[in-house]
Amino acid sequence: MTTQDKSKNNLFDPYASSRETTEGTVFSVTGGDWDSLVSEIGESKEERIIVNMGPQHPSTHGVLRLVLELEGETVTEVRTGIGYLHTGIEKNIEYRNWTQAVTFVTRMDYLAPIFNETAYCLAVEKLLGITNDIPERASVIRVLMMELNRISSHMVALGTGALELGAMGPMFFAFRDREIVLDTFEEITGLRMNMAYVRPGGVSQDLPAGMTVKIREVVKTLRKNFEDNAKLLIGNTIWMKRTEGIGYLDLAGCTTLGITGPVLRSAGLPWDLRKMQPYCGYENYEFDVITADTSDVYGRFLVRMAELEQSLRIIEQAVAKLDKLEGQPVMVADKKIAWPAQLALGADGLGNSLDHIREIMGSSMESLIHHFKLVTEGFRVPAGQVYATVESPRGELAAHVVSDGGTRPYRVHFREPSFNNLQSTSAMSEGGMVADIIGAVASIDPVMGGVDR
Amino acid sequence: MSEDQKGMFGGSGTGDTSGYGGLVRTAASTGSTERPFGGYFDDVADDLERAYPDFEDAITRVVVDRGELTLHIKKSRLVEVAFILRDTLKFEMCMGVSGINYPDRAGAELVAVYPLLSMTKNQRVRLEVATSDLDPHIPSVVEVWAGNNWHERETFDMFGIIFDGHPGLTRILMPDDWDGHPQRKDYPLGGIAVEYKGATTPAPSNRRSYR
Repeated sequence: MTTQDKSKNNLFDPYASSRETTEGTVFSVTGGDWDSLVSEIGESKEERIIVNMGPQHPSTHGVLRLVLELEGETVTEVRTGIGYLHTGIEKNIEYRNWTQAVTFVTRMDYLAPIFNETAYCLAVEKLLGITNDIPERASVIRVLMMELNRISSHMVALGTGALELGAMGPMFFAFRDREIVLDTFEEITGLRMNMAYVRPGGVSQDLPAGMTVKIREVVKTLRKNFEDNAKLLIGNTIWMKRTEGIGYLDLAGCTTLGITGPVLRSAGLPWDLRKMQPYCGYENYEFDVITADTSDVYGRFLVRMAELEQSLRIIEQAVAKLDKLEGQPVMVADKKIAWPAQLALGADGLGNSLDHIREIMGSSMESLIHHFKLVTEGFRVPAGQVYATVESPRGELAAHVVSDGGTRPYRVHFREPSFNNLQSTSAMSEGGMVADIIGAVASIDPVMGGVDR
Repeated sequence: MSEDQKGMFGGSGTGDTSGYGGLVRTAASTGSTERPFGGYFDDVADDLERAYPDFEDAITRVVVDRGELTLHIKKSRLVEVAFILRDTLKFEMCMGVSGINYPDRAGAELVAVYPLLSMTKNQRVRLEVATSDLDPHIPSVVEVWAGNNWHERETFDMFGIIFDGHPGLTRILMPDDWDGHPQRKDYPLGGIAVEYKGATTPAPSNRRSYR
């Protein structure tokens, strides 16, 4: 029977139509009423159905497509379809100068912009050979920003993860706290997300006056606020029923799939690049690497919850260091690399510093030429390739940067933890129940902007 | 890396009034690094030589640059060396594969770069394999490091490197019926000129570029 015959005989249901293909009857359900699907499937003897979940589904974490093969409610196969958010950032960077690329990479993993920028800038600085010339104040600000960003990113992971499993309250608390962090970002960089704040050689501008006092207040507020979600979820029977033993992936599985970050630490291995291969002076901070031994969704949730407190500890130490380093430069001293523009707060918001423009326009023709050359051409980076890593909220984020000696990157590749870790969806979900896929994906915490780049 | 670069501003075809046109910047050396390599790199090379008798034949160059060790490997030997690096030298993680396209390097236009990580010894090493544009085949290391599955698909998608032995080498980021491999240097970036208040900004690939 063709679709047309059916629609003549039965009442046509726009939300659950069926059509004949060479592979058998294909049902399309787009939400709403499932009754007609159930009644039609009831006639067939076969239990095996294939369900397309996503790419437009709120609980697939952005535009992630999952193709599920189900026997009843048991998942027998999961295939992951990605690429719906591919923006060609790596290709675009090859047509911009080394500093402009920061504006692109910050948009990859949009929940962790500071980490993208820092990984890229560490790579460029390594290529330039100026890693040790970065002012200490710049490194401390980078650490401060990264840890604030880790909190805002983990808040989304926890909040949306809980929401996807049916808990509304934790999402409100998480986004309330994330908002506090984003407001802090806005005050420091002018933007809440995609700040392009970390630049090759340092950071784009110093903290505004009195910021350390405000950050201390923020830390105090956040520490108190985190208790709300801890009280709601840690040890909560309903929450544990949805998460314990779900999405299991042990250490051997993690190693063979190249998994890093909270998923690896939930399998018991205290592997954290901040401790193992420190960058930006992380060796000078006291903090613990959090692990769990359950290898499941609940363990990953506990790891992220506990990492929030460790981030607060690092922020407190960074703020204490910043007070000591008051007035120090935040950009490398080499004027052939340091971005010459300076920003200032005007009546209409943050913009070019008029004093700075007056100085370069009026005081010296050479400095004007220099400014112009650096902004239009950019600086040259000696030929070679490097691989720079940071511990992002999702695991090892690395930038493989190749230079041919010119003013533009020859090739930039990002080893995105989301991209790599998403491969484990099948291993975590196959053999389990269909409802548990949601929990497993949420515990990987993939960000599709980072996966697809 | 690349040929020597002449001139200061990358421009050509106009008279040089600056005097900088005579400058020559020499390209980075493409030779092997001599021992000692420094740090743990000597240990890695020694261990590999001991565990893999064909070291001399399989590894064409050892390069230490900016504190990173790169082993250039003949593509036919890649999987053998990978197994030894994983099992004997404890590089239990491969962090993916990144492609590079050098259109000017005859016979080695396509390069695959594998960053390895040993969590046991807290060490890193990089493998580099080159192949020709006419024969874009490199053996897959998915049987060694299963996590490279998607990474190899991405590099196939972006560069057209065919990883022989991969369990399902299909496009991953671009649509299945896409023509061409976007990250190759001969693939255009695209984009259109934008007009705003009478002034036109050309597409990024048509803007003036400085070498």
